[in-house]
Amino acid sequence: MTEIDWNNPRLKVRGLRKNFDQRVVLGGVDLEIYPGQIVALIGSSGSGKSTLLRCINLIETISDGQIWLEGEDISVASINQDSVRREIGLVFQSFNLFAHLSILDNITLALRKVQGKTKAEAEEIAMNWLDRIGLADKANDYPDKLSGGQQQRTAIVRAVALNPKVLLLDEVTSALDPELVGEVLELIRDLKKTGTTIIMATHELSFARDVADWVVFLDQGVVAEEGEAAEFFAHPKNLRTHEFLSRLNI
Amino acid sequence: MLDNSQFEPSPAEQERRRIRVRAHRRSLLVSLTSTVVFAVVVWFGLTSTPGWSRVQASFFDWPTAEKALPLVLNGLLLNLRVLFFAAIGVLIFGLLLALMRTLRNPVFFPLRLFARVYVDFFRGLPLLIVLYLVGFGVPGLRLDGVGRISPELLGIAALVLTYSAYVAEVFRAGIEAIHPSQRLAARSLGLSYAQSMRYVVLPQAVRRVAPPLMNDFVSLQKDVGLISILGAVDAVRAAQIQVAMSANFTPYLVAGLLFVLLAIPSIRFADHITEKFAKREQVGNLL
Ligand SMILES: Nc1ncnc2c1ncn2[C@@H]1O[C@H](COP(=O)(O)OP(=O)(O)OP(=O)(O)O)[C@@H](O)[C@H]1O
Ligand SMILES: [Mg+2]
Repeated sequence: MTEIDWNNPRLKVRGLRKNFDQRVVLGGVDLEIYPGQIVALIGSSGSGKSTLLRCINLIETISDGQIWLEGEDISVASINQDSVRREIGLVFQSFNLFAHLSILDNITLALRKVQGKTKAEAEEIAMNWLDRIGLADKANDYPDKLSGGQQQRTAIVRAVALNPKVLLLDEVTSALDPELVGEVLELIRDLKKTGTTIIMATHELSFARDVADWVVFLDQGVVAEEGEAAEFFAHPKNLRTHEFLSRLNI
Repeated sequence: MLDNSQFEPSPAEQERRRIRVRAHRRSLLVSLTSTVVFAVVVWFGLTSTPGWSRVQASFFDWPTAEKALPLVLNGLLLNLRVLFFAAIGVLIFGLLLALMRTLRNPVFFPLRLFARVYVDFFRGLPLLIVLYLVGFGVPGLRLDGVGRISPELLGIAALVLTYSAYVAEVFRAGIEAIHPSQRLAARSLGLSYAQSMRYVVLPQAVRRVAPPLMNDFVSLQKDVGLISILGAVDAVRAAQIQVAMSANFTPYLVAGLLFVLLAIPSIRFADHITEKFAKREQVGNLL
């Protein structure tokens, strides 16, 4: 693995606020992630994890603060949002795949229409990824023929195939039956080896401890504590973190 | 995989099947009998009315029907032509109206407002009045250089104006029924608004609205008969001429039956796709 350049974060967030009407959902969040890292975003339900990811993807209009992608401020009003989203992938908890397209077409759509690749090029890339996740034989099936875990893995490689600078995963396993969670986590572990930069909101704390480089604990819209994964789980300093972790029995 | 070919049903299942077959046969017999009884009662009721013989003579006269048929059929060709172009126009204009109504950017406010007013207006306006206004109003403008506009063309315009309003609403409902995360997923892959509409939302919306769309088509199919009031010699108009000449109403019946025959395939097809889509809706969205 190449040495991380600590002066140049892939993504940097400063003072990010998000209000819904009078409700403050994010109250000034700072965050950074360096190339090839995995940052785990944890916190109880409603703490603002999804909102943070959606703000970074520019799906939500932020109320204050700034976001830089490789040094470029993407929170300025004049930014071309579509071109930013081409660099930042986002996978949701569910309903990711396009129901009217085959698995193969799901993956090739953006490769062709956004990146302008030919059908043959796009299909080659897609088949490579499908091969890698063991779904090559399902290429021509429709999403409703796949198990939830297979659907989520397809959704993840669909985003990764576009080579995003940052991949955002929003609780990609929380809608799955327990026995399907493992295969999705295995894929994320595999992606880490290829150097994909990932911010993942997750409830899978033991997975976060194993795989994440950095853990950010979000509590009521602010970062209550963050740190290197091993250290964070072994010696949480904040009282709220203690409570959160002991409630989940980790 | 388990093989079903050597499956031997248990005695309990065999008994169940026997009983089901018997019950099925019995209900078939009951419905057959009641249908025959009903038909006989209606027939006697009708033929025993005092004016029956006169009605029969003026509505069910075979020689008049035979004479009118080729002319009415010829008129029906015009209806089909009008139907074809009107249907295409309605699909295009209806879709445009629906898309206008889904634009959220404030820049497009005028378009959105136009679509809204348009749809409200033409959904409320009787088709007959649209036909009169277009059919007699537009030629009244005496547009130079256009020459005389055929009643056929005016009829198509009137049908497109009215039916687009209905179809726009159908399309809009379809677009709005697509789960928002499908659009979000498309946008998060970097597809633009137009691209996510074109490749993700619309294909799914169109599938979903195919059944109500077919129903609108069926009703358009019979409403093309209304263009006869503009003087186009379509099936209805041809029948009217025959009625006037033979002093017998049978040609109307001939035209009516032809319209029904024309509609049956569409109606069956509409039912078929409704069923098919209902089935597809059951699966999917497993997550
Ligand atoms: N569009 C919205 N309008 C108003 N309030 C919202 C909206 N979206 C989110 N919220 C509120 O913001 C808060 C944070 O929501 P968010 O979905 O980010 O939490 P989360 O940490 O992802 O929770 P979970 O673990 O349940 O997914 C919640 O209290 C939610 O009610
Ligand atoms: Mg969430």
